[in-house]
Parts: sequence; structure tokens; C-alpha cells
Amino acid sequence: MTPPTRARDAALPKAAGPSRGARQERRLGLLLCAPAAVVMLAVTAYPVGYAVYLSLQRYDLRFPDQAHWVGLANYGAVLTSPVWWQALGVTVLITVVSVAVELALGLALALVMHRAVFGRGTVRTAVLVPYGIVTVVAAYSWQYAWTPGTGYLAALLPGGSAPLTEQWPAIGLVILAEVWKTTPFMALLLLAGLALVPDETVRAAMVDGATSGQRLRLVILPLMKPAILVALLFRTLDAFRIFDDIYVLTGGSNGTGSVSILGYDNLFTALNLGIGSAISVLIFVCVALIALVFVKLFGTAAPGTEPERR
Amino acid sequence: MAEIVLDGITKRYPDGALAVRDVNLTIADGEFVILVGPSGCGKSTTLNMIAGLEDITDGTLRIAGQVVNDRAPKDRDIAMVFQSYALYPHMSVRDNMGFALRLAKADKATIAAKVEEAARILDLTQHLDRKPANLSGGQRQRVAMGRAIVREPKAFLMDEPLSNLDAKLRVQMRTQIAALQRRLGTTTVYVTHDQVEAMTLGDRVVVMRAGVVQQVGSPQHLYDEPVNLFVAGFIGSPGMNFLGAALEQNTLHTSLGALPLDDRTRRALERADAPRELIVGIRPENFEDAALTEHGGGVTCTVTVEVRESVGSDVYVHFTQGGGPAPTAGLTQLTQLDELDQLAELAADSGRADTGMQEQHVVARLAPATRATEGGPLDLRIDTARIHVFDPRSGANLTHPERPAR
Ligand SMILES: Nc1ncnc2c1ncn2[C@@H]1O[C@H](COP(=O)(O)OP(=O)(O)O)[C@@H](O)[C@H]1O
Ligand SMILES: [Mg+2]
Repeated sequence: MTPPTRARDAALPKAAGPSRGARQERRLGLLLCAPAAVVMLAVTAYPVGYAVYLSLQRYDLRFPDQAHWVGLANYGAVLTSPVWWQALGVTVLITVVSVAVELALGLALALVMHRAVFGRGTVRTAVLVPYGIVTVVAAYSWQYAWTPGTGYLAALLPGGSAPLTEQWPAIGLVILAEVWKTTPFMALLLLAGLALVPDETVRAAMVDGATSGQRLRLVILPLMKPAILVALLFRTLDAFRIFDDIYVLTGGSNGTGSVSILGYDNLFTALNLGIGSAISVLIFVCVALIALVFVKLFGTAAPGTEPERR
Repeated sequence: MAEIVLDGITKRYPDGALAVRDVNLTIADGEFVILVGPSGCGKSTTLNMIAGLEDITDGTLRIAGQVVNDRAPKDRDIAMVFQSYALYPHMSVRDNMGFALRLAKADKATIAAKVEEAARILDLTQHLDRKPANLSGGQRQRVAMGRAIVREPKAFLMDEPLSNLDAKLRVQMRTQIAALQRRLGTTTVYVTHDQVEAMTLGDRVVVMRAGVVQQVGSPQHLYDEPVNLFVAGFIGSPGMNFLGAALEQNTLHTSLGALPLDDRTRRALERADAPRELIVGIRPENFEDAALTEHGGGVTCTVTVEVRESVGSDVYVHFTQGGGPAPTAGLTQLTQLDELDQLAELAADSGRADTGMQEQHVVARLAPATRATEGGPLDLRIDTARIHVFDPRSGANLTHPERPAR
């Protein structure tokens, strides 16, 4: 959008500038945006800025008098600590596996819901139930279910095994809880994407000789790409910040903590505001990077060419 | 290339709607057949059943001698052109056209050659690497055609392929499609709701109404010898004029005067055991300006011209007939619901209902030399040998030559 405007401006004689009407309109536009911008600054920029400010200090709440400026030392401490890298590894693992599984399951569910001739409403409601349950509540029921002695799921396992106390089984169960809870959300987003695929185009592919697999892979998925990317972006950002499921199921013990758990532990358990804030800022940077990658790499590659889509 | 045989094809949708009823049709190898009828009459359903996109409820469908009822579309070797074109928006024109061949695992060189050839025929060569979204409507339509022809399938199925184009382009593409079909000689079934398209394109035209085939024949045959009121009114533009008539002593008394029956018509009516109240159909060109002709054949009547339209080669004269039994009144008394339906449907379809001009409105097509003036009187001669007489109870054309004697 910008280049053509700029080109036109350049073509005008320098002195003229934008006309008076245009200038006034611009001012009005800025004025109208201002309240929203102020609110945004107050609720997001301020906390983020404050976190950055804290992350540059040695600040232990137990000894508030000893707070002092340390520059980037906190970041150095975090980035050289194996604990951070271990937590980051767990987070990335949970994110990648759970989002991949959710995408596959969500797509399958969306296809079923799209095809369903009768009871569409009922099916959609039923599918949404897990998403409607408060995460902590759901996490506690998983926790009870997997605890030996009390849990019906633990009872199915060979005697004496306590999956939530071992690293890999526990991570698996965290992923299971994540997938169970958010697949419906994925399915609904993808269902909206499926509605974008014209019926006749799919029929054309049938006549052209595509099997159902080929239709999905070569026609339906490419046409759904924008919806898939939005769903993936939402879910990846969400999953990267995973906290409640881990907090309830394992508390982050036995090497199951995510970066959010690590940040929480430093901030609220160890009361080390400097290190905790540095971790928070690093999480923020990771999330921003993920969003950037999605938008840059895939955002511009919508099917067809843009003009018609607008 | 193949023969397509529909044997008692019936379609009932899961919701109970009977969309197509007992269609029997043999489409010869290389033939160009048009399915025509008002919107919702089951044309697309019939085509989709041939394509395999809809299940066949009853009947047998044979393509090239093989029963294909239970075959998936991909195993029928047919190509289809959709009204929306249904191009793959994420693929270039080249990939759109080569898609079917790619799925059929043709080797790359063959695909490239066939796509180039089709693009050359359809004048798309310079657009091969563009995306469909960047093409004009006419170009997209040609890509859809190209996608069908590269496959060299047993048959082409086209569902209103031109109805998204503007009028001029539609006429142009109509000619191109006809030429292309002749050249390729591929069996083609073409669906349209536009009777002009049907008349100009096909070897044979199938007229459908409410899921039932009304008549099958060459365009000229349908025009000259329609089997019932529906076909008579649907084919031809402007449509056939319908007048109420009372049969008395070998004369039809209409609002345009008494029309004596010639031998052919008289015998036909006797054979059919015609009722007293009838509907007479007269095509606009079966009127002529009495002042322009010498011979005294036929019947003359005097009317008051309401509208005169000159299109250069012809002059259309519109009038409402004065006196005589009003055909609408006659029709309402006489016709059963079904036949009223037919006429109402026709009126809606031809746009006549919207203009408030009902059946008493008559159009005559005259030679451009006519002196007719708006508001003035005009002597018209009616060619009584070409009139059609319909039974208001069944809508059947009692003067149709192939009508079985009762
Ligand atoms: N999927 C469907 N389910 C139920 N009824 C349908 C369906 N598709 C079409 N119909 C009905 O079948 C009849 C014929 O439709 P169609 O073949 O699309 O007509 P046309 O193409 O001649 O306009 C219509 O009355 C329509 O309402
Ligand atoms: Mg249709």
C-alpha cells in the first residue's frame, strides 16, 4: 500500500505537500486512534517495559534494599544456565508435538463435521465441551485420574507405576491434556476454513480423477492454508506459554517444567524479580519470533493472488 | 468418445425431493446434446448423475456400453465444465489444465505438450503461467474448457458454462464451443436454461420440466412440432401466442376471429376426440401484414397496434386482442392445475408475468415494409395451416403429427 502513495507524492511538486483537506483528515484519524493507543500503551507497553526495566537489575524481594543495576548480567545468568535450556527444550517439545497432534485431529474432526448431514449443531456442541471446561479443573481431573490409588486411569496401568512422577510419561500426559482441551478449538477454526473451499472446486477435482486423499492434499488443504496458518499461529503461541496443565499435573518437577513454570518459580517462589523478569522477557522475545516467522514465511502466500481476496 | 445411455434414470434426494423422473435418452457417439428447461427442472442433477457426482436412485447409466452406476467420477473418464468454472485458485493456468493428466500419471513431456496444444487452440498461450484470479471472466471460462479438452475424455459435460459471461462474450464463446465440439467430435452433454443457446448449439435438444423429459428432438423439430404447451411456449423468442378458442363446426372461434380448420387439423382433432374448449397457439411469424400480400389464403383480422418494435430485419407488433373469449378466463375455467402451472411457469420464465402482460397479449413478426403505426389499426393475415391446437386439460398438442391415435 505504501509504495504507490509514496510514488505519487514524489511526483507532486515538493512545495505543494498534501492538500489541506488531506492533512485535516489525517489529524482527525490520529485523534480518533489516540484513545485506543493510550489504552494499549497502558496495559501492554507499560508492563512489558517495566519487566525489561526489572530484568536489568539485581532485585531480590527478600532484600529489596540491595536492589541495584546489573545491566545484562541476568540474561547472561539465564542463558548460561542448563535449567533454562532444559525448560526451553521441554516447552518446544510440548509445543511441537501437541500442535502437530491437534492439527491432525482437528482436521479430521473438521472434515467429519463438515460432511455431517444431520445433527451438525449437536456434533459441534459436543466437540466444544472440553474447550468449555476451565483448564485448571480439567487438569485436576487428569491429575486425580493418573494418581495411583485414586485414579481410574492409573488403575489401568501395571501396578506401582506413577506416570506423573517420571519425566517422559509425565510430559506425554501433559501433552495429552493439552491436546484433549484444545483440539476442539483447532477443529472449529479449521471448519471455518473448510467452508472457504468451494464445493464445485472439489467436485472438479473428483471429475479430474483425484482420490479423496489427493483432493485433500492437492486442493482442499492449499485452499484452507490461510485458516490453517491462523490456527497454527494461535495454537503455537498458546502452547509455548503452557503453564496451568504442568503446574497442576507435575508442578514442574522431574524435568517437566516449561519456561513459564521457570519464570513463575523465579518470580513468585524464589522472589527473584531480576532473574524472573529476564526469563519473562526472553519468553516474550521467543513468542514475538514465532509470530514473526509465521507472518513472514507463510503470511504472504495465500492461495490465488491477493487482489481478489480482498 | 462414447455413447451414453440413460435408461429409466431417476433421482430422489435424501430429503425426499424427486428431482429427475424416469429419463430415457441415448446420446450417440460424438453427438452434441443440450438439456434445457427452466431453473430447478433437474438439468444439473441429470448431468451430475452422468458425471458420478450424484448417486443414481433408479435406472441404469451406460457409458461406452458399460454400466457405470457404481463407478466413482474418476473411473468414468469424463470431463466437466462448471458454471463457476471451479478452477483451482492456487495453481497456474498450466497446472490447472494439466491437473487431470498429472493425476493420471502421464509423463511430464506429454502433459506439457497437451497443455500447450490446448492453450494454442483456446488462445491461452500467453496466460499459461498466470493464476486464475488474475484472468478475465472469458479467459477463466477458456481455462475451464482447456482443462476438459486436454484430457481427451470419453465425454464432455457442461453445466451452464457461459451463464457467468456478459451477453456479447456469451455469443462469441457459444460459437467457439460449437466449433470446438465439431472439431474434436467428442460426445457432449450441455446444460442451459437459455433456449436460444439450446437452439443454436445442439444437434439434439432435450426439453425438461419438473424432472420429466418433455420432448427430445432437433431444434427445428422442437420449434415446428412441439408436443405440448410447455415446449411450445419455452422454445422460440418471442414465444408462441396462446389464445382461448371454442370449437364449433370445424371452426375455432377465437378473439382474433373465426379460424376455419384445414383438413389436417380437423382430422387430428377428430382423432384426438378434442373437447369444445381449446387453446390455439400461433407463432409470431405466422402473422403477416395483409396489406403486403396479394394472395387471399388464410384468415384476416383487424387489430389495434399497441407497440411497434423495429429490429431492422423484422418488425414486432404487439397488441391485445379485442372481443372474443378471453383466453385467461377460458384457461382458468378449463385447465387443470398442472397446465396452469405450465403457463404460469412459462410466463415467469419469459418475463411476461413481470410486465403485467398476460396471455391475451399477442406478438406478431412482420416484414420491415409494414406500415403499422402505434395506436393505428392493422389488418393481419393468419397462416391457419401452421397453427397448433392444444388440449387445455393435458396441455398436449392435438395437432402434433406423431401423436398416437386414441
Ligand atoms: N442436494 C440437493 N438436495 C435436495 N434437493 C436438491 C438438491 N439439489 C437440487 N435439489 C432439487 O432438485 C431439483 C433440481 O435441481 P437442479 O438439478 O439443480 O435444477 P437445474 O439445474 O435444472 O436448475 C430442484 O428442485 C432442487 O431444489
Ligand atoms: Mg443447474
